Amino acid sequence: MSTPTKTVKTSVRPARALALLAIIILGLIGTALVQGVDSVRLGLDLRGGTSVTLQPRASNDSNKITSAAIDQAVTIIRQRVNSLGVAESEVTAQGSGTNRQIVISVPGDSGRRVVDLVGQTAELRFRQVLAESAALGGSGTDTATPSTGIAADLNARFAALDCSNPANRQGTGADSPSETIVACSRTGTSKYILAPAEVLGQQVSKASAGLDQQGSASWFVSLTFNGEGTSAFGALTSRVTSLASPQNQVAIVLDGLVVSAPVINEAIPSGNAQITGSFTQVEAEDLANVLKYGALPLAFDRGEVQQVSPTLGSDQLNAGLIAGALGLGLVVIFSLLYYRALGLVTVGSLAVATLLVYLLFLVLGETIGFTLTLAGIAGAIVAIGVTADSFIVYFERVRDEAREGRSLRTAVETGWARARKTIIVADMISLLSAVLLYIFAVGGVRGFAFTLGLTTVVDLIVVFLFTKPLLSLVIKAKFFSSGHPLSGFSAKSIGLKNSGSQSSSSTVEA
Amino acid sequence: MATLSGLGGRLYSGETSFNIVENRKRWYSISAIFLLISIGALVVQGLHLGLEFKGGASYTVTKPGVTIEQGRAAADNFDIPGEAVVQKIGDDKIRIQTGALTPAQANAVENVIVFTFGVPVESIDTQLVGPSWGEEITKKAIYGLIAFLLAVMLFLAMVFESKMALAAIVAVVHDVLITVGIYALVGFDVTPATIIGFLTILGYSLYDTVVVFDKVRENTKSVTANSKYTYSQAANLAVNQTIVRSANTSIIALLPVGAILFVGAGLLGAGTLKDLSLALFIGLAVGTYSSIFIAPPFLASLREKEPAMQALAKRVAARGGAPIVAEVKPAKAVSTGGPRNQPKRKGRK
Repeated sequence: MSTPTKTVKTSVRPARALALLAIIILGLIGTALVQGVDSVRLGLDLRGGTSVTLQPRASNDSNKITSAAIDQAVTIIRQRVNSLGVAESEVTAQGSGTNRQIVISVPGDSGRRVVDLVGQTAELRFRQVLAESAALGGSGTDTATPSTGIAADLNARFAALDCSNPANRQGTGADSPSETIVACSRTGTSKYILAPAEVLGQQVSKASAGLDQQGSASWFVSLTFNGEGTSAFGALTSRVTSLASPQNQVAIVLDGLVVSAPVINEAIPSGNAQITGSFTQVEAEDLANVLKYGALPLAFDRGEVQQVSPTLGSDQLNAGLIAGALGLGLVVIFSLLYYRALGLVTVGSLAVATLLVYLLFLVLGETIGFTLTLAGIAGAIVAIGVTADSFIVYFERVRDEAREGRSLRTAVETGWARARKTIIVADMISLLSAVLLYIFAVGGVRGFAFTLGLTTVVDLIVVFLFTKPLLSLVIKAKFFSSGHPLSGFSAKSIGLKNSGSQSSSSTVEA
Repeated sequence: MATLSGLGGRLYSGETSFNIVENRKRWYSISAIFLLISIGALVVQGLHLGLEFKGGASYTVTKPGVTIEQGRAAADNFDIPGEAVVQKIGDDKIRIQTGALTPAQANAVENVIVFTFGVPVESIDTQLVGPSWGEEITKKAIYGLIAFLLAVMLFLAMVFESKMALAAIVAVVHDVLITVGIYALVGFDVTPATIIGFLTILGYSLYDTVVVFDKVRENTKSVTANSKYTYSQAANLAVNQTIVRSANTSIIALLPVGAILFVGAGLLGAGTLKDLSLALFIGLAVGTYSSIFIAPPFLASLREKEPAMQALAKRVAARGGAPIVAEVKPAKAVSTGGPRNQPKRKGRK
């Protein structure tokens, strides 16, 4: 210690780095406490729930896929999902621009309703009935009554339509409002020829579900039209009310299926109407919600529907945790076997990295809605390797420097100067792949990419603020600097030929 | 383990040396054979695509004592076109897979399952994939791959040199092709999780290659000035000096991936964890090989074509070749860290 000032200088640096790390950790703990979070938000695949990925469908008519249309669809779907009242439901668009998918996640077991509700395009139209038939078969023998005044091809399509086939009762929403169409009833018991739409879903200003107190006690949906809708509906009802059956009926068509086709007994100029059908309470409420929150501006295909039961969820969580513990354990054992006491620095660094990652999971769950999925856990486990890699790059570099004849204390510093660059470049590549995976992926892949990227950043923090400073400190201990056989820096493990020169070269500049 | 360290020391000094770069024709031939087999397998057998790519539905029922026969009986009542595949997973699970279903068909199938097995609908693990979904994710994966390769090439060309970038990319493409080839050959299922695995291999393989190239660059910095080594010899020394490090980083990377594979395949039977880790495991192994046996030799091949390097090779040959001996310290530039060392050395005395 001949020059105290310089000694102070070298020992302050590691202390400062460790202090900075402590501040970061305490800051994260503080944030988590302030937010009041005590557990990591788990994805649906780890706790059970349903997720639906919707893919905008390019349709030939006016519905072009635009970024604004997707945003609007997200808003509408979000309202629909929220109307289910399931806590922590999420609706997000993933991807960029018009090339986006909408991902809906609903925890718990209300999955089926979600799937049915969110995908509905909910194109509501009011059409005059031109012909009706109760027959179901597609044998070609059913003719429309009345069949006069209807184009031959429509009659043929009407005759061929088999409403007993479930495929014809799916509600495609493909009915063009300006055309005369053939359609099945929702229950499949009747089929219709319908005139072009005169009142549209957008002209509905209010919708609610109600229970018919008299007689049948069945559920219905009440509608209130806006100004435009009121006059259009008034004109439609006053025109058809004097016609012969079935043309005095107005069909209420939802997504291309006739929900009900009531007979219009009198003109309805008030702008209030009711849809009756054989609704259950849930169906009536869902329909009212769909009408209230409007039709989707786009048609969607269900890209993927995934329903995970809570049992499978907890199985997957356990498997992920076991794999993580096992992976961590193997790396620790390898480090200790290969690097001896130096391996303890690795173990400590991994412990710090694990703590940081856990705290970040906690805090990010609250701040940016990060949820941990199975793929995310896999990303974090894979990152154990990346993190440990950078320690090895550093330690091997230190050994290389020692092989060059440097003292261990010097090697720790010169080795760092070189290893630092390798570690940064390698981590940048890792980060780059994580970022690109994140941008170009949907669903689970994004979870993987996110944790991989996050843990790479944590790796940089740990190596710079923990591993290196710690090594600088412990190398001062005689156990390490003298190259004790168990230190991981012994002449034998480094591979120096004459172990005798090792101690001398560590004190005297060769 | 200690012997591996000792080997590391001998490799570092050049006392022990593998002629990796010099024997590049051998590695090229081996890789060429593997690549041909891979491409052949891809063309002849193709990849075994999972549900997510073909479209379809998968229902997993968990119930103690459930049998395949019960599953088949349920599947017979589905009333859907095409064949349903029934699989037993573990002791108490069966999985029924069908072709792509319309929402109405899916509901009908769920009802049949609920009726047949007497389980609540919430307890069925379901996955429905639309027929166009696979195209979408494939498209995204390909965009991701192209963007990644371009970005990495630019990055490496900036940080290292353009020929290193090229060699690194060649090694990565090599890794992905062989990994995909193994998938085609063995017939493992390719799922989106597998694709994540493939894409992650890119990053990993490059990580390894970067570590080796860093040393190559260091050793070859002043190679023309010294005239002691040809570029290939200097590069070979670098590979030998980093071989222990590469082996270690690969083992360390493989350990956690192996743990995921073990747990994913053993405890869960199938799914994200297994698919992901299997792709990573195979890819990592191939990546380790290429970062030692393909990337540096290929880089040397590229550089040896340069007139300056050919002239260097002639000069070295004229001096009777350069025996790689222990006292040579190729890493001259190390002394950049020098000034910082002084105070510490004094401090120790």
